[in-house]
Amino acid sequence: MTEKMDINLTVNGRSHAVSVAPRKTLADVIREDCGQTGTHLGCEHGICGACTVIVDGAPVRSCLMFGVQADGAEIRTVEGLAKGNELHPMQRAFTEHHALQCGYCTPGFLMLATSVLEREPNITDDDLLDVLSSNLCRCTGYVNIIKAVRAAAAEMKAG
Amino acid sequence: MATGTNRLLGHLGDSVPRLEDPPLITGKGRFVGDINFPDQLHMRIVRSPFAHGTIKSVDTAAAKAHPGVVAVWTSDDIADIPPIDFREGSNPALALFRQYALARDKVRYVGDPVAALFAEDAYTAEDAAELVVINVNELPVLLNADDPPQDFKDGYTTEAALVEQAYGDIENTFANAFKVVELDVKIGRHTGVPLECRGAVGHYDAARDIVELYGAAKVPHRNRETLCRMLDRPASSVHLYEGHTGGGFGIRGELYPEDVLVCAAAIRLDRPVKWIEDRQEHLMAANHSRQQRHIIRAAVAEDGEVLAFDDELYLDQGGYIRTHGTRVANMTTGTLPGPYRIPNYRAVCHFRLTNKTPAATYRSPGRYETTFVRERLMDKIAVEMDIDPVALRRRNLISLEEMPYWRDLDVLGDSVEHDPGDYAGLLDQGLARVSWDELQTELAQRRDNGELVGAGLSMFFEKSGLGPSDGAKIFVDTTGHIEVVTGGASLGQGFETAMAQICAEDLGTDYRRIRVVHGRTDRIDYGVGAHASRATVLTGSAVSKTALKVREKALEVAAELLQTPADTLDITDGVIHAKDNPTGPSVTLGDVAAALAPAAPTRGDRDPYLAAEEWFNIEHQTYPYGHHIAVVRVDRETGEVKIEKYFMAYDIGRAINPMMIEGQLVGGLAQGIGGALYEEFTYDERGEPLSVTFMDYLLPTLREIPIPEILLTEDFPSTRTPLGIKGAGEAGITGAPAAIASAIENAIGIPGAVTQMPMTPQRLKNIMDERLS
Repeated sequence: MTEKMDINLTVNGRSHAVSVAPRKTLADVIREDCGQTGTHLGCEHGICGACTVIVDGAPVRSCLMFGVQADGAEIRTVEGLAKGNELHPMQRAFTEHHALQCGYCTPGFLMLATSVLEREPNITDDDLLDVLSSNLCRCTGYVNIIKAVRAAAAEMKAG
Repeated sequence: MATGTNRLLGHLGDSVPRLEDPPLITGKGRFVGDINFPDQLHMRIVRSPFAHGTIKSVDTAAAKAHPGVVAVWTSDDIADIPPIDFREGSNPALALFRQYALARDKVRYVGDPVAALFAEDAYTAEDAAELVVINVNELPVLLNADDPPQDFKDGYTTEAALVEQAYGDIENTFANAFKVVELDVKIGRHTGVPLECRGAVGHYDAARDIVELYGAAKVPHRNRETLCRMLDRPASSVHLYEGHTGGGFGIRGELYPEDVLVCAAAIRLDRPVKWIEDRQEHLMAANHSRQQRHIIRAAVAEDGEVLAFDDELYLDQGGYIRTHGTRVANMTTGTLPGPYRIPNYRAVCHFRLTNKTPAATYRSPGRYETTFVRERLMDKIAVEMDIDPVALRRRNLISLEEMPYWRDLDVLGDSVEHDPGDYAGLLDQGLARVSWDELQTELAQRRDNGELVGAGLSMFFEKSGLGPSDGAKIFVDTTGHIEVVTGGASLGQGFETAMAQICAEDLGTDYRRIRVVHGRTDRIDYGVGAHASRATVLTGSAVSKTALKVREKALEVAAELLQTPADTLDITDGVIHAKDNPTGPSVTLGDVAAALAPAAPTRGDRDPYLAAEEWFNIEHQTYPYGHHIAVVRVDRETGEVKIEKYFMAYDIGRAINPMMIEGQLVGGLAQGIGGALYEEFTYDERGEPLSVTFMDYLLPTLREIPIPEILLTEDFPSTRTPLGIKGAGEAGITGAPAAIASAIENAIGIPGAVTQMPMTPQRLKNIMDERLS
């Protein structure tokens, strides 16, 4: 149970060779062993989506996956969205449209929305809202999150 | 006032982007879970699985023997630490009902902390906590505040207090009333549920003999006072630090058992101690709120004037009285009359303990509940008197001519005096905006076609800016960058941006050159924190006064440097120049700061530095006001309520950043909708909580929240604050359940049917099954 396993993760392009207990969640591995604390835990039972990261191109709730299951995977977290000082269109849209208040759910929304639009650039607005309704926010009432994601979607598609 | 050319500078009224955002959108935030110290221990709380019982024994032997466990504490290990005291100071009448950091003798709710376990890592701590065995003699559980009280202790019953407020002549008014209208309504138990669970990191710095608590929020300075009393330490030896905070809503940041435990353990175990709550714990351990039953009657004259309210209410306080004491009862009994005259009034609150999670404040405490009760009652009066509900409200609204309107009620120690506002005038604007009359016709037609659709209105007044005072310090460095040090707090509401905009306006600089400090007891000795919609009103007013003092000093020195009279100078984007010659000779704020350096000859006999500290005192709270209008469609088969349209009108006095205010209103509305339709803590007959995951406790998603229309007016700047500002934090939630309830009734065509929140699909379906053919 507590015997550790050696795994290798690539997080935002950087390789991490870490030794973790098999039961340790991917979220905890990313936060504690890879030092990327931008990924947040809001419920640890897969409902709120605050811990959403992109694993091999797909949005994943990192509280529901063990770190060892991600051995060899390419992982993207909120820290990898911007290119240097240049914000990703989704990040820019979130601040321009005031789509965050406390900012705790924000990394999960950013990664979910970015991933979905990368996979399905032509997603219908209704389907997009369905996808976004899988994450929870307690501050904003969502209205500005919808505005921001729609704006970023247009820019990502054009861009 | 801000001008068009200054809009990018973030002066008053500008919807500029928030200063808070860059770290939060790039994953660089520092929430309590992100704070670590070398060699830290992880604390796990062992909680009572029993709702009520006498503790026979707590067996910690197996847990202590578990590898990686350093210590396990029960109440015996902290026998010297008194129960958690009230935020506003000691209160002998309520002292008996306080909660110890670890339960002593009895447990009083499922989730009551019984033992604290300290281990080398969080996973180990959670494993070992399961080895702690709690033996109790179970006692009968009390789960309803309107059931007869039980014995609490030492001859005291579970009715901890009877809170009464009254004025006028109730008996005669009811005896002579044309009509008496009665109502019995319930508000469900729900709470703030921030997306970040609570957390606390205790660190003892032996080198300086200072105890540090990270993860503080809301009221760090108040909590320091309480902690110092409990740990018997001087204020200068305890510091609280607020980092990024993942939402507060009134429930985060009060002093909880876990905060006390990490501090005590950091000292006694001589290692840093970290505690991060999980969601299941949060839903049974952090403050609940709201649960009340009101049995109320109104005395009404023939012309529809409401002559009196007489309310008896039962407040379900849960297992103990926490830091707020009876403040929710006070706000409930103090705000029930709302925006109406109500010349005679009595409210009696049975403030009762039960065997559930302790309750306290959640965004809009007292007003959320009373707005629901009062507006339900107004709707019922309208039906029974056969008066149009809007006309009935107009008949009873306090008029502008009557302002300021005083009544003999107390809200948090402040005598209620409505400051000027035109309640009826705003209602006119709102009804016009939604085309109320046309809307009624359209909805009636749809109902004729078989749809269950309806509209509802709720009116309210809010409270904000409770004093008596707050202060601020401002320092301008020689590069012209500015530090504003406050004792305010930020729970995600944009406090830094708001303070920076106020300072930028008064100092004539760019808000991005301003750094705002908050939530740190080591930087300033006082502070009101962030609660009860007062941070912007009170701390913002203090920042403004301080900034104006700095401005005065800057202009005085610049006048000497430029050989120009001070009253002919202005400051634009940090540059001081002649008002009539913006491109002529000038000095910067940084130049002035340099001229005021201690050794600078230009300083003369002035105090050194371009800096100031000032206080703002407020005599009465300021009372913003507004109304909500909801349009809903009800599904006859499922009982689901779909909100088709939502409108909020609110007079803010003066808006600092309209974008952020609208954000507050919409966010509050979402929580109001949650409490109106979905969110509820339920218990089984043994007191076992049934809502301990997000699959049982349902937060609204974006599919449940409409895109509301907002009418934000600045018609009546507050006369009680220098900038005219009033609070904005709570108006979005206050009116929601009342408007939605009214709209549901209108939709299903059964007056008086909605007497309970949340109106879950099951409840609404039952109502329709019983009462619709």
